[in-house]
Amino acid sequence: MELSSLRLKTGLAEMLKGGVIMDVTDAAQARIAEDAGAVAVMALERVPSDIRKEGGVARMASIRKVREIMQTVSIPVMAKCRIGHFVEAQILEALEVDYIDESEVLTPADEEHHVDKHAFRVPFVCGARNLGEALRRISEGAAMIRTKGEAGTGDVVHAVRHMRTIVREMKQLAALDEAELYGRAKEMAAPVELVRLVAREGKLPVPNFSAGGIATPADAALVMQLGAEAVFVGSGIFKSEDPAARAAAIVKAATHFRDPKVLLEVCEELGEPMRGINAAAIPLEAQLQTRGW
Amino acid sequence: MAVGILALQGDFSAHAEALRRAGARALVEVRRPEQLEGLAALVLPGGESTTMLKFLQAGGFWEKLRAFAARRPVFATCAGAILLARRVEAPPQASLGLLDVTVERNAYGRQLESSICEATVTPAFAAELGPKLEAVLIRAPRFKDLGPSVEIVAHAGGEPLLLRQGNLLAASFHPELSPDSPVHRWFLQRATG
Repeated sequence: MELSSLRLKTGLAEMLKGGVIMDVTDAAQARIAEDAGAVAVMALERVPSDIRKEGGVARMASIRKVREIMQTVSIPVMAKCRIGHFVEAQILEALEVDYIDESEVLTPADEEHHVDKHAFRVPFVCGARNLGEALRRISEGAAMIRTKGEAGTGDVVHAVRHMRTIVREMKQLAALDEAELYGRAKEMAAPVELVRLVAREGKLPVPNFSAGGIATPADAALVMQLGAEAVFVGSGIFKSEDPAARAAAIVKAATHFRDPKVLLEVCEELGEPMRGINAAAIPLEAQLQTRGW
Repeated sequence: MAVGILALQGDFSAHAEALRRAGARALVEVRRPEQLEGLAALVLPGGESTTMLKFLQAGGFWEKLRAFAARRPVFATCAGAILLARRVEAPPQASLGLLDVTVERNAYGRQLESSICEATVTPAFAAELGPKLEAVLIRAPRFKDLGPSVEIVAHAGGEPLLLRQGNLLAASFHPELSPDSPVHRWFLQRATG
């Protein structure tokens, strides 16, 4: 891919750093998110906790809805396509969304292949549970990585595990010599050029965000202290008691993530969080994070 | 004296890297208004201006930032320039009213309209910045209705992209995303002598 194209794609992700990207299902929610200080919104048909509850096939959101959201807010609008569904991606690009999330939250459309993201001018974000998965997505053209976590649970444990894993695996690469990097690349099923780049730079070549189970200001600050550069919040906002207040509180927590005094203040006046599901109680076959590879 | 970078949200770490490459030693990430005290100069980064406004319009930040930017060197890119403007359009929103321009947000369209172009430096500034600058434009705003005290430092296709007004320097593009940023070197020289 042209280097200038990748710079524009990661450039927009740079602008989102330190911010909160919020899942919204209609224009009214998008307005609440923007008013609360969201840096972007993710337009989708149903939030992950409803997808989990209602089942069925989860697909790209209705175009009418996404367009309505794009017309309502001035911040960037993202939308999800199914893993491997490059035609949903083509349609979202034609709609001119600002970012596409090739997401495990939707029902996968391809059992082997992810979308060839180099073929698009619109940037993509993809989920990852470990460094190998992150580098596979980057080699396919992803311009932003987010942890998968376990979407729709309100349980942050998997987002923590995935962020810790990615950060630890990057640190470990730095200790390997040139010859060992080949073996490690093979183990991780990742291109050796990218493995070498991470070993040298100590970080991913694209922004590294967190998603999947973040429901409170403290959750957001937790994943940011662990190394996330921004956070996605899905069901956590609009499945809580007072979405506007919770959204604003999470925005403050993402900025002041290292300042416990501010975190205390933002927690003080909050209503009930989403009830959530203990992610450990979800059987492997019902997990969303195992979609994609 | 240290140079501050407003770090409420946005590409503040890209600015920090660009300033370090330009030779800056002391950098402070500014998240609270009292952190402005004692700074030699300030960078307002790119990001989402609507998000930054939420923080700036609370806790006395607005007045302190306005007082700082009225007398000290400030370098603002994209969202930062929107904060400094006299007037903001598309949609209208609050601004500090220090830079005598109107700024139209997302004036070129959505992310698919983001582009990298070559900007021409106005001859008066070519000695400091060289004849050309790479301009990375991301969902970029447009400067309009420039006041009499605003100088065009660089432009492309008839559009002003980099402006100076006294102590203020404002870009609608992102010099911090270019591998080499003469604008950061120039700002640092002016800011710290």
